[in-house]
Amino acid sequence: MRSGIVSYGVYIPRYRIYPAEIGRVWGQDGEAMGKALGVEAKSVPAPDEDAATISVMAARRALARSSIDPKDIGAIFVGSESHPYAVKPTATIVSAAIGATPVMTGADLEFACKAGTAGFQSCLGLVNSDDEQIPIRYALAIGADTSQGAPGNALEYSASAGGVALIVGKEKVIAEVCLTMSYTTDTPDFWRREGMMYPSHAERFTGVPAYFKHVEMGARQIMDGMGTKASDYDYAVFHQPNGKFPLKISKSLGFEKEQIMAGLWTPKIGNTYSASMMMGLAGILDLAKSGDKILAVSYGSGAGSDGFHLEVTDLISEYPRSKAPLVSEAAANGIEIDYATYSKFRKKLKMEGE
Amino acid sequence: MAVARHWRNQDQRYNLAGTHCKVCGGHFFPKTSMCPTCHRRSMGKLERFQFSGNGTISSYTIIHDGMPQYSSQVPYVIAYIDLEEGDHIIGQIVDCEPSEVEIGKGVEMVFRKLSEEGRSGTIQYGFKFRLTM
Repeated sequence: MRSGIVSYGVYIPRYRIYPAEIGRVWGQDGEAMGKALGVEAKSVPAPDEDAATISVMAARRALARSSIDPKDIGAIFVGSESHPYAVKPTATIVSAAIGATPVMTGADLEFACKAGTAGFQSCLGLVNSDDEQIPIRYALAIGADTSQGAPGNALEYSASAGGVALIVGKEKVIAEVCLTMSYTTDTPDFWRREGMMYPSHAERFTGVPAYFKHVEMGARQIMDGMGTKASDYDYAVFHQPNGKFPLKISKSLGFEKEQIMAGLWTPKIGNTYSASMMMGLAGILDLAKSGDKILAVSYGSGAGSDGFHLEVTDLISEYPRSKAPLVSEAAANGIEIDYATYSKFRKKLKMEGE
Repeated sequence: MAVARHWRNQDQRYNLAGTHCKVCGGHFFPKTSMCPTCHRRSMGKLERFQFSGNGTISSYTIIHDGMPQYSSQVPYVIAYIDLEEGDHIIGQIVDCEPSEVEIGKGVEMVFRKLSEEGRSGTIQYGFKFRLTM
């Protein structure tokens, strides 16, 4: 059996802000902005949540659905652009909070919105390596973010929070990875300099030369490598910076809407950045059955895409999905907040002594 | 100083790790070096025990004037929780309006930020609770 996903878990903070409320504050037509972006609401982390707490919750949920001893997890990679420390790994916090420490390795990764899938690829490499040289049975890849857009910027309508954890291994695999390839160039479409609170982006440059080119090339090289076409897949999921881009790219690649709706979550919760494509993949795994083929392509500004051809195994029929929330359950029961509360939660207010 | 103190408490704060007495079968939180029931008979017969984090609210209070670090969270709820394996614990209830909290409601453990040593210091993490759906 090929290596792949052994278990998965998702976490989405409960608070929500709606585009109309953001627009109200900045004198913009928020509802029209939400419609243009294809975003109905975005998740907002509570004041006591960050990328580490979200990572731990997602990882614990992935473990809850498996019988794996956390001590058998030999590597943890946490991909995020909002690690709580500039220096000190989020991976070590996760390792202690799931009981994987101390005989293991870990690292924090950063590649804008695709750091989580870069970790997924690293995990596949480790579990596939020779057992005598690198004795790692299972590895954990997490994509988690509490991303921020500058107040009033278009990004503020979509930048949200959430996390997905994938346990990767060669045993008990529910979704095999048959091929993974990346497509990477030095394209400065979106960035954040050290010490800056908010990212910057090159506006329309983030579209055609960045997202669309890299996702398309990433998808095409997977389909070329596997000898597949769009209609061969049961599901497809692409990075979702908003609700519109994934619809447009899937159409140009020849996919039908029915193939991508199970994995399209940005309209409901916003762009969870490093978790974005992984959240869609989790949404698909929530429904998938044995034999289903999935094309998954992440995108990270800067820029690159990670493509995956996955095939769901027979073990999915006995996989205990109900032991942790499905994406639809994690996304439900949001608590609506206004912009003032959002500003307080996201520390946009300058407090006494600061 | 504070860094080492928090580090020593990591296991119990991150994982709700307490103690199981193999003599009387009791579960205790926080960790203890002697069973409060069996006393000397428990020596050498205690083991680490990780609580599930599931429990029931047996009492609570609403904090309106909290610690400075929790100013962005007031009003917040601190509850007395009966853990399903035994023993009781005091913890914050998050992700709800205080009016939703009632004695007898079930809770589950979540992992949250507890405090931080200013903007340049370490961040402390650990258990809090939220109402089960």
